[in-house]
Amino acid sequence: MSAPIRKATLKREWQMAWRNVSDVINPVAFFLIVITLVPLGIGANKTQLAAIAPGMLWVAALLACLLSADLLFRREFDDGTLEQYLLLPHALYGILWIKIAVHWLFFGLPLVLVSPLLGLMLSLPSSALLVLMLALCLGTMSLSLIGAMGAALTVGLRRGGLLLAVIALPLYIPVLIFGASATAQAADGFFPAGQLMLLAALVLFTLGFAPLVVIAGLKIGIES
Amino acid sequence: MPTTFKQWFHQWSSPPSFYQKSECLLPWLGLLAFVLIATGTVWGLAFAPEDARQGNSFRIIYLHVPVAFLALAGYYLMAIAGAIGLVWRIKLAFWAMRAAAPLGAALTFIALVTGSIWGKPTWGTWWEWDARITSMLILFFLYLGVMALANAYQQQEGGLRASAILAIIGMVNIPLIYKSVDWWNTLHQGASLKLTSAPTIHGTMLYPLLIMVAGFYVLYALVLLLNMRCEIVANESRSRWLQDIYKKTEKLNVF
Repeated sequence: MSAPIRKATLKREWQMAWRNVSDVINPVAFFLIVITLVPLGIGANKTQLAAIAPGMLWVAALLACLLSADLLFRREFDDGTLEQYLLLPHALYGILWIKIAVHWLFFGLPLVLVSPLLGLMLSLPSSALLVLMLALCLGTMSLSLIGAMGAALTVGLRRGGLLLAVIALPLYIPVLIFGASATAQAADGFFPAGQLMLLAALVLFTLGFAPLVVIAGLKIGIES
Repeated sequence: MPTTFKQWFHQWSSPPSFYQKSECLLPWLGLLAFVLIATGTVWGLAFAPEDARQGNSFRIIYLHVPVAFLALAGYYLMAIAGAIGLVWRIKLAFWAMRAAAPLGAALTFIALVTGSIWGKPTWGTWWEWDARITSMLILFFLYLGVMALANAYQQQEGGLRASAILAIIGMVNIPLIYKSVDWWNTLHQGASLKLTSAPTIHGTMLYPLLIMVAGFYVLYALVLLLNMRCEIVANESRSRWLQDIYKKTEKLNVF
């Protein structure tokens, strides 16, 4: 793909994201609310909260990512832009990577940035916060890519939201396991190099794999 | 050689010839499945020796293991059928995929239930977050996703293609999920409930198990063929060749 198209896509995606920046609030607010619900549900016992903090943070982040995944292609499917993308005489890999990267910047990164605050609210040891951010940073990248696959496969459906959850959540599981275990290990005072490397490996794996699926899914969505 | 294979493939992948050819197979598959499963059941339940540690409760293995094998093998079959459908645009392969999805989900469910029933007397609990059980449960969710996606599209073609892609993603993910769950499990709890490290199974217990596994494979093939025939009837009910068959047999005048 030629550089001008890449540049134009990046500019367009960036502008689109800024113009709809109010969408960004929702997943972050959701993340915040779910984490607030946890102590309300199980009580404010600090040791208990600290014990479940890594898992809860990751489950909530997973669900927040799921919420935003549907936004990735929905609007452009409705206004016909996707059809134009598919008509381009170029491979779509580059465009999709840019789309997903910008999506991650606006929907994944905010979760990473608020996570230390939520970690503190759940009495996660402050020494684990940096690892939590790092792991969430890598994890949300994979989640964006996996979510993109699910979103592409359900883009042609009017009510794809619930279905997206059913098909994407099982695929999120490896990310959840490695991410939560990295955070838990950091809370115990170790540096979870292995888990972080596995999270990075998942990012690379889905980075190569996801655009293929997304392209196939979008074609189906547009044809049907 | 390639041409004969091509011919064979072509014949089996066209709905009319598949419908007619599979009809001859059905009674034989049914008979074979019945003989194997009956032999395995009687041998396993009545004649195989009692387990030294688990007593008679181990006998559920003769249902649990074949079903669990097929639950996993069925997923691969479904995904491969979906891939064949996507690559060569063969309708019948898609129908095989859609026929395999509820069948596999049912088998996974039975494997989970029998495993849970087996777990109660041996482990003392109905549910244990063991790596195998958990990945079986996730496999069940993967099946549900494929089924849901296949039925969600208004246009059948789109639903079939989308769910075929999902099945393939799932197939790529199964080893990943299994490995991660296994690893999660070893991190979170001690390996106290490892049934897999039990001494290798004795021949007198093994032979009926092998017969049961073979029997369930044949039964699976039979049910899959029946499901595929249902798909064919549902999708081709307006086509001439199917109506001709109905007229000939005069069994179903509703069409």
